[in-house]
Amino acid sequence: MELDRPLPQPITPEARPYWDGLKQGKLVLPRCGACGHVFFYPRVICPACGGRDVGWVEASGRGRLHAFAIAHQSINRAMKVPTPYVLALVELEEGPRMMGNLVNVAPDPARIRCDMPVRVVFSRLTDEVTLPLWEPAS
Amino acid sequence: MKELRNAACIVGVDESDELGVLPGKSQLSLHLEAVANAVRDAGLAVKDVDGIFTAGQHSPALLGEALGVTPRYIDGTSVGGCSFIIMVEHAVQALHHGLCDVAVISHGESGRSGVGVTRARDTALSGQYEIPYGFGAAPTWFSLITTRHMHEHGTTLEDWAQVAVSTRAWAGLNPRAMHRTPITVADVLASRPVVWPFNLLNICLVTDAGAAVVLTRPDRARDCRKPPVWVRGTGEATEHVSLTQMKRLTRSEATRLSGQRAFAMAGVGPGDFDHVMLYDAFTSGPPIMLESLGLAEPGEGVRFFADGEGTPGGRLPINTNGGGLSYTHTGMYGIFPILEAVRQLRGECGARQVPGARLSLVNGMGGMLSAAGTLVLSREP
Repeated sequence: MELDRPLPQPITPEARPYWDGLKQGKLVLPRCGACGHVFFYPRVICPACGGRDVGWVEASGRGRLHAFAIAHQSINRAMKVPTPYVLALVELEEGPRMMGNLVNVAPDPARIRCDMPVRVVFSRLTDEVTLPLWEPAS
Repeated sequence: MKELRNAACIVGVDESDELGVLPGKSQLSLHLEAVANAVRDAGLAVKDVDGIFTAGQHSPALLGEALGVTPRYIDGTSVGGCSFIIMVEHAVQALHHGLCDVAVISHGESGRSGVGVTRARDTALSGQYEIPYGFGAAPTWFSLITTRHMHEHGTTLEDWAQVAVSTRAWAGLNPRAMHRTPITVADVLASRPVVWPFNLLNICLVTDAGAAVVLTRPDRARDCRKPPVWVRGTGEATEHVSLTQMKRLTRSEATRLSGQRAFAMAGVGPGDFDHVMLYDAFTSGPPIMLESLGLAEPGEGVRFFADGEGTPGGRLPINTNGGGLSYTHTGMYGIFPILEAVRQLRGECGARQVPGARLSLVNGMGGMLSAAGTLVLSREP
């Protein structure tokens, strides 16, 4: 089946636990062993304290829509999700923010508002890759 | 930093021979034309140049080679479109310490026609965490900042449209501007939707052009062809690259810090300017920059456009060249606001001249308000 969106690439070694978690239907985030700071994106040093002992923690999958936009055209030709679709910046319950799409909602600015509660849905693209997307949580 | 106040002057500025849609010109040609024109504007010769500063796809080494110059000082700082503004600070430092005597900051970009353009860079972060969702061009990111501002401050699509209308009015007075026909708020709201809340007229042009700025120390500036423009204050800062790492979307920390540093060095406050140049890749940019710099209260930046303060005849003219929205925008626009500020302070701007302009603020962003450079430029030391 033809993919409707660009695959994440390149998957970098330090992010492997994140992608492996998604494959199992879990959203896991980097967590600093020294100060407990939970952050995103995965990296080998804690951006809060500089600690090098980075572990992983499973996220609740709940958050709020921090900001959004509605794409009426796809500038990247590999993005074949039919327009209009919702670009999302989600603030997770654990603190960090990540990009995604808001799905299962009408792509209408009158129906979407910043800070609305959202929850993760897992979208399996291939055997190797599952993406976290977001839907309204009532 | 105060010892660097007025340590150097801008003595030459110019664009490439043409700007707009130039499929017949390489990026290197755009650079070389701009450098030759700016050096001539200064009354100097290319062989006088011994400091080369550039960002983008060409290294300072290539520029030196092509110009036939062996520079004593080079800088290739590349943090987005404001890199050229930040390079003014770097050039002032190098000139002050005698590391070079004549500094040239150069930009050449075939942003529209793509002549000789390559796109090789590390996309591991955006490739994993942003591109798969349809992000991947500036409007997809800057729109997030914009909707958050609307949520926090109640700004509207009409407010942003006023920025495009005001900037187009200035472009109508600039013969070098690409689009000069007046537009209305209704025109902006009726233009093609790209990424809500942006329609086409909320988004900058994409053009081909070059531009260059020449600096030297005050002793040498006396021998130049035109009156010097004094670099009273400079500031630079970066906060993030990805918007997921930006602490507060509606107030740029990089913009705020770069402004604070430049104002302190110059000994001025945010209310002291009579001309302002801001990097307008999108209509929501200038109001948020005014707020981050302290020229407007949070949420109030749009008033400069709606109330006519920033428009022709207003108290604080903003983006008098017609901006990235209507004059030119190659991709890394940051050098062009410097050109306009220098020309305004020299009194060279004809129909769009700000009467008695003496103190100009230049602020630009790199990326999505990620990096910033601020300049305080003055007619008098």
